[in-house]
Amino acid sequence: MDLNLTPEETQFRDELRSWLAAHTPKDWEHRRDASVEGHFAFLRQWQRRLYDGGWAGISWPREYGGRGASLMQQVIFWQEMASAAAPPMANIIGLGMVGPTIIAFGTEAQKTRFLKGILSADEIWCQGFSEPNAGSDLAALQSDARLDGAHYVVNGQKVWTSFGWAADWCELVVRTDPTAPKHKGLTVMLVDMKSPGVEVRPLRQMTGEAEFTEVFFRDVRVPAENVVGQVNQGWDVSIGTLMHERGTLGAAMQVTYQRNIERLIELSRSMQRDGRPASEDPVIRQKLAQCYAEVQIMRANQMRAFSRISATGVPGPEGSIQKIFWSELNQRLQQVAQELLGPYGQLEGADPHAIDHGAWSYGYLRARGNTIEAGTSEIQRNIIGHFVLGLPRSY
Amino acid sequence: MQFALNDSQVILRDSAREFFAGECPMAFVRRAAETTTAYDLQLWAKLAAQGYTGIIFDEAHGGVGLGIVELVLLMEEAGRALLPGPLFATVAMAGAVLDACAGPAQKHKHLAPIAHGDARSTLAYVEPNSGWNRAALQLTATNGRLWGEKLFVPDAGVANTIVVIGRDGVYVVDAKAPGVSIAPMAGMDPTRRLYTVSLTDVAAETLAAPDGLERGLSIATTALAAEMVGGMQRTLDMTVEYAKTRKQFGKPIGAFQAVQHQCADMYLETESARSAAYYAAVTLQERAADAPAAVSIAKLYASDASRTVGNRGIQIHGGMGFTWENDLHLYYRRAKASETMLGDATFHRERLARLVVDAGAGTAPAQEARC
Repeated sequence: MDLNLTPEETQFRDELRSWLAAHTPKDWEHRRDASVEGHFAFLRQWQRRLYDGGWAGISWPREYGGRGASLMQQVIFWQEMASAAAPPMANIIGLGMVGPTIIAFGTEAQKTRFLKGILSADEIWCQGFSEPNAGSDLAALQSDARLDGAHYVVNGQKVWTSFGWAADWCELVVRTDPTAPKHKGLTVMLVDMKSPGVEVRPLRQMTGEAEFTEVFFRDVRVPAENVVGQVNQGWDVSIGTLMHERGTLGAAMQVTYQRNIERLIELSRSMQRDGRPASEDPVIRQKLAQCYAEVQIMRANQMRAFSRISATGVPGPEGSIQKIFWSELNQRLQQVAQELLGPYGQLEGADPHAIDHGAWSYGYLRARGNTIEAGTSEIQRNIIGHFVLGLPRSY
Repeated sequence: MQFALNDSQVILRDSAREFFAGECPMAFVRRAAETTTAYDLQLWAKLAAQGYTGIIFDEAHGGVGLGIVELVLLMEEAGRALLPGPLFATVAMAGAVLDACAGPAQKHKHLAPIAHGDARSTLAYVEPNSGWNRAALQLTATNGRLWGEKLFVPDAGVANTIVVIGRDGVYVVDAKAPGVSIAPMAGMDPTRRLYTVSLTDVAAETLAAPDGLERGLSIATTALAAEMVGGMQRTLDMTVEYAKTRKQFGKPIGAFQAVQHQCADMYLETESARSAAYYAAVTLQERAADAPAAVSIAKLYASDASRTVGNRGIQIHGGMGFTWENDLHLYYRRAKASETMLGDATFHRERLARLVVDAGAGTAPAQEARC
């Protein structure tokens, strides 16, 4: 165990740090008043800048546009992004899930064709997994694909598709063998969202935005060479993607949480409570300290997980604890924010009394989805119970 | 940067696990718990022969010269085995404070007998109204003589020396010195006995570098958090095993999500407590700027999580978990006693608040380039 940076890591960090100091946009978090699309365009531009600077895909192979560095340098990257208060990157699904899946399962042609576009944000990705009747029971999905010459013809409906409205491409899971047992007849394919027959409908969520979409596929023709991994072995590919999702989404979240807890601490000094700064209120101090501690523990958990992945090469089912940890922590953190801000916590951006342009009322509502998206807390606990602890299957 | 155990650390952990499994099975723990001191002379000699009593002390003082991470791994395994007796008090409390606060000659004088297994020691801190708040301590030295009363002193009944924390000094007294009166307290953990230590005009040696106390206590606190992780792991293992074998409604109870999800939470809490304890150990080893925060984070999380894990474990065991015969209550008792020792979760949250809320705007100790 050694938290000291190697000379190579130190050089990497110093280089990155000075690059971020020169290039990180300021006051970007107050851009929430802009539309979702406007904000996304801003993040996309930011990712492009990172890419041009050589900072996207730290641990991805060099020949596909990555930096070819270690996973630990990837971790340092997130830390430095947090320290610099840098905005996140736009192509979250592509960077966190689709890219690693293509690297692990894709053909040479797929790697060459798609990876650079993910890093540069030239091509935004979504993932087509959940369906109206296949949520937690993902393997029950019904979207089907039939081979017709050199193409698959896809019909079906996906739901909760994040970034569907912005996506150029979709990592889609479909049923290619309806006669096989449900886990055995699935295939993963890469689908051009501009193909005829793809229809995206916004899905308005409780925050008022439409981050998610429903995506309909009607006789959509997908070239057979766009299949990732083996036909009818899509379940293994999907699980690979989801394990990346559980592991890597958390790493990006850590950046945000560190900022948020620091901001809450700052606010506690200026918010008055019983005639003194809230930061002097013993109950508020306890709650801020607990949140601060949990954010650091989330980071320590991730560092252990990343060290394990760099040794074994793949994320394991224990990534489910990262997913539970970050999602439930965010809900606790947002509630502490509400307690600190009192009645101001409910104010949305348009109100002149709103704090941080309404970021806390938005954050509170948005956090409610965290324990549902990317696999519910219940499903994560099933995974830990069965695959990590070896308990019998519960379903 | 690598946040994983290196090969020699894995070997140390595995050999400690094997050692404790052989020398300290539950039958032994229960026998020790029946005695008034929970101390076994033969086991102590074996601990010394393994080098465990000198694990973190310099080789010049007869120690093994290993680091805080190694201490933490040893204590984790000791906690898993519910090791009874004064290893923790001697090495991780008194030893760590001596190592941090003693002058060179004092170190050799006090650490060598500990490392060789010839002496046991402990730390006397808490006073009737002080808790773990140093500023509330009353005890001071007058012309090198100590007066005062200390409470909740672990394993004082078998200690040769006692490291005494005063308001403005750190002292060592001989446990047999005139004026020292040691009496048992009836704590709920029979594997780590607590005592009152009354000092009436006792001759004391003043340690040369009392500013080291913060570091010594930080090492002790992190070692305790690790010991708690070991107890949590054992509770989890016993519970998962039980959930796989106990059948109701025709199937193992572990197949029911109400049970399975509690096990998953136990796993999450145990792993998170482990991450926090290891991180604190590394920051102490490297004397990193965020070590004080990391130590409090490790202890506050372990204090809450070890209680929760114990509750879940006993709940899943049902009536069996509530029996004297089942070993879980021994871990449950240790967890409760350790929860308050060296400061409970509330104490450490307040300590952390002083570090991160009262510090300058946006100053986050964990930020400083530490990954």
